[in-house]
Amino acid sequence: MTIGLAVENLVHVYQPGAVRALDGVSFAIAAGERVALIGQNGSGKTTLIRHFNGLLRPSSGTVLVGGTDARMQTVASLAHRVGLVFQDPDRQIFSASVRAEVEFGPRNMGFSGDGLQSAVDHALAAVGLEGDETTNPYDLGASRRKLLALASVLAMQTPILALDEPTTGQDRRGIDRVRAVIADVSKAGRTVIAISHDMRFVAEVFDRVVVMRAGRVVLDGPPASVFARSSWDLLRSTYLEPPLPAILGDQLGLGSTPTDNDLIEGLAAQ
Amino acid sequence: MLAIDAVSYRYAGARQPSLHDISLELDDGEVLGLVGASEAGKTTLCLVASGLAPRAIGGELRGRLVIDGVDVSAEPMHALVGRVGIAFQSPANQLSGVAGTVYEEVAFGAMNLGIPRDEVIDRTELALESLRISSLASRDPARLSGGQMQLVAIAGLLAMRPRYFVLDEPTAQLDPAGTKLVRDAIARLAGEGASILLAEQKTDLLSGLCSRVVALDSGRIALLGPAGHVLADAQLADLGVEEPSAVRLDRLARGAGLDEERLRVDMGTS
Repeated sequence: MTIGLAVENLVHVYQPGAVRALDGVSFAIAAGERVALIGQNGSGKTTLIRHFNGLLRPSSGTVLVGGTDARMQTVASLAHRVGLVFQDPDRQIFSASVRAEVEFGPRNMGFSGDGLQSAVDHALAAVGLEGDETTNPYDLGASRRKLLALASVLAMQTPILALDEPTTGQDRRGIDRVRAVIADVSKAGRTVIAISHDMRFVAEVFDRVVVMRAGRVVLDGPPASVFARSSWDLLRSTYLEPPLPAILGDQLGLGSTPTDNDLIEGLAAQ
Repeated sequence: MLAIDAVSYRYAGARQPSLHDISLELDDGEVLGLVGASEAGKTTLCLVASGLAPRAIGGELRGRLVIDGVDVSAEPMHALVGRVGIAFQSPANQLSGVAGTVYEEVAFGAMNLGIPRDEVIDRTELALESLRISSLASRDPARLSGGQMQLVAIAGLLAMRPRYFVLDEPTAQLDPAGTKLVRDAIARLAGEGASILLAEQKTDLLSGLCSRVVALDSGRIALLGPAGHVLADAQLADLGVEEPSAVRLDRLARGAGLDEERLRVDMGTS
């Protein structure tokens, strides 16, 4: 199943009288899109994606998941459609073994027997934890605990996957794992939305970049336009820096080159 | 100078040591970068350098920790705090849990060192200001975002004014703006003569900030030398460490048969 989602005029206020964590956000994500959400700490990114699976409900405005108003869907039914991986795995992990942790979600969704086993095996292999099934999650280092949290949501095989800073604390191999997982999920036609502060990861992995500032969307487009020179002032107004190849490409007169490949190809063609 | 002399360390209950025969000196005013794949021993080395291993967490340490020429191996933890300060990777583990406000949290460590009240107030306000979190002073530390919590934990350390700082991925949860604040704080501390051991996955942050870099592999020193050499070493990738962006782009340009000198552009105007 492939579905998209949309938010219309979404406003969220945590406490009466507090600032609007989301201040009128509208956009639509088509089924199968890979979208990165960027912006400084406190700009509303996490608040936004927590609306996708009903963990937060709008103060006003609408969230549409697969064309249906999320208000009409329970958290349990939204959990079948949107898998959300938290930034801090320790807020998510609670089982005594790696395998039990990954089994919990799909079992609750009604997976059983061979279907359950294969979903869990596939998710564990995707993050490289297939040899650690009996390990206690808290005997894993922080970066592998984070990959475990990813696996436990991956195993639910939801049509939409929302990731809150999936690469923080990961070394080079961990980042490669996360990239491979996103490529896999995307190839299956599923929708991926990720929050990230890693501009290289954003530019190389996603088709579309949404920039948030103070609860609003201020830029929305493919990496080549969001990281183009004409956007730098706006990016820097929310303390973001374009990736190094974008800066070098601009200085060298190569146009917008947000990725390593863009830059090297541009240089070779010059 | 803080010296780790022929240190091997095994966690309580572990079969294998996590560090093997490490000798390392942290010079006065030096920022020493610490890199390595996940579970290579970076956090363990931080715990040893700060004296927490084995004093607070048990385990078996061989070799010596020498501070300002004195072997402190037999000294208790309370004799070391105030001289060596550590910021943990997860700020939630750092916060005292007893302070009702960010202000009290930042003052907590300095107060426990027995520093006069007026001086604690000065230090607390300076620490809050230097990380631009004065506006959080009256907030509940337990209700901050991950990035804010990380800055509060570091501010508490700054207020203690140790001579030696051990920072374990201090920017892991920070956005680019927060990362820059921490970077500037580290540079300022080193300028004032403090010594900093800085474990980081973000090698872009280390180049330009560190005089030397040490790379760990499976608990042993794999590379140690001037930052420019270690961060450009081809072995880094095999160790599971991300190369700095500039090093990576040079390598890609060479690989494409291009002259990497073409990438040397003036970034001052970008």
